[in-house]
Amino acid sequence: MKQETFLIKSNKEIAPHVYEMHLEGDTSSLHAGQFVNIAIDGLYLRRPISVCDAEGNDVTLLYKEIGKGTHMMSKMEAGQQLDVLNELGNGFQTHLSPQKTILLAGGGIGIAPLYLLAKNLKAAGHKVHVALCFNKASEIFYQEAFEQLDIIVHIVTADGSKGCKGFITHFLQSVSIPFDYFYACGPMPMLKALCQETDIPGEVSLEARMGCGFGICMGCSIRTTHGYKRVCKEGPVFKKEELIW
Amino acid sequence: MVNRLSTHLGNVCLDNPVIPASGTFGFGLEMAEIYDINLLGSISIKGTTREARYGNPLPRIAEATSGILNSVGLQNPGVDAVIAEELPKLRQVFHKPIISNISGFSIEDYTEACQKMNGEEQVEIIEVNVSCPNVHHGGMAFGTSPDMAARVTKAVKEVTTKPVFIKLSPNVTDIVSIAKACEEAGADGLTLVNTFLGMRIDITRRQPILAQKVGGYSGPAIFPIALRMVWQVAQACHIPIIGCGGVSTAEDVIEMMMAGASAVQVGSENLREPYACKNIIDHLLPTMDALHIDRLEDIIGIIH
Repeated sequence: MKQETFLIKSNKEIAPHVYEMHLEGDTSSLHAGQFVNIAIDGLYLRRPISVCDAEGNDVTLLYKEIGKGTHMMSKMEAGQQLDVLNELGNGFQTHLSPQKTILLAGGGIGIAPLYLLAKNLKAAGHKVHVALCFNKASEIFYQEAFEQLDIIVHIVTADGSKGCKGFITHFLQSVSIPFDYFYACGPMPMLKALCQETDIPGEVSLEARMGCGFGICMGCSIRTTHGYKRVCKEGPVFKKEELIW
Repeated sequence: MVNRLSTHLGNVCLDNPVIPASGTFGFGLEMAEIYDINLLGSISIKGTTREARYGNPLPRIAEATSGILNSVGLQNPGVDAVIAEELPKLRQVFHKPIISNISGFSIEDYTEACQKMNGEEQVEIIEVNVSCPNVHHGGMAFGTSPDMAARVTKAVKEVTTKPVFIKLSPNVTDIVSIAKACEEAGADGLTLVNTFLGMRIDITRRQPILAQKVGGYSGPAIFPIALRMVWQVAQACHIPIIGCGGVSTAEDVIEMMMAGASAVQVGSENLREPYACKNIIDHLLPTMDALHIDRLEDIIGIIH
């Protein structure tokens, strides 16, 4: 963990209630799947937000305006400085060899941490499929961004207004992707269904209400097959077999 | 050279009065990764029970105005594991007195855990938590009646040679009567106060935010109430007090000490600002200079 000051370069709505924020800051030790914890003036607790992309001195965050904190973030403007706890949690483990076929599954704002991961996996020579899952076509974001990574992008919508109709499980049943490993982030029912649907190993990134974000308050501990683990410290990424549904 | 920040909790001398409160600093190791924790006066380590406890279901955290509600529920690996695994690791990076915070659900829970901690040399104070609002049996129940608080105090004093501080709950009608009962039962000091029982509701989902529905409220919002309780108890008791509740600045430390605290604990602030204790300690001397305070111990309890 490092405490740093990040400068907001831009902050814009890219889909209904979904914002993309570019920050200038130190990305040198950031891994895909890690998060930052942002202090917001007027709110007592910081807000933990996944890192979507990190390159050079540019950090990209995607966040959904849901509560007071994300609403206040949505009003922030370029030029503002943020007090950030950087490099929190353990990210995705990406030392897969040899080259594999990998499925990334993102639900809604859970897509965010998969972007940097997709970039890294592609660069490492893996064949990468990403399933971007939304409720409806009008909520879709980052489809083009993923397509530009030259990976295979699938769209899944619950109402069928675009791409495969249904949830991630329907998608897996309807399209047979011969994947060897998966990474997922999204709503708990989606992660649970995915983990129970497939025998293939993988990792999922969890979300939790956190007190500190760096492992001292035990506010986000979950029971795993390897004892109690903190979503903020040992997680937010867990291996599929660690999770107890 | 005179250390202007030093203070005493009975016979235990601290280099400064700033102590991270139990449950807001783990067992110190995560914080040792980010700064030299030897600059602290002491550490009150994570509340420890006789048996390991997972604690309460999630969500355990809710935000409120100038504070936080938690219902962690005393998650800890149990006293044996704390002694075997956590304290040896902490010893490597921290060379100051440790305060061991002990919770229980029966008198025997308290005495067994305290007896085991009694053998730990670096533990110089045992802080008996009779005030956890987040467990169904025991916990706060021991701290809401003068008789029960006195019984726990007596029982613990019989099994340890270390100074015993009783950490009291503010969720009572008359904290002074409970504090006096502890003093009469032999307590060497008091920690005032634990969290205030509170609640938040998610009005969209029409459900309490915390899985346990209620939890302990802490943070700057409770500072004036904690300060008042420290002051009231200081008027009535003659044992040292550790002031706790919403302390987040050097000025707060001075205020607590003027009200009668010999040292302070910093809790919630550690969660939002990892360098909170270090920052407070760094600001103490300049703040004292501005206020013409020579030594911190000079101001303890000057408000009557």
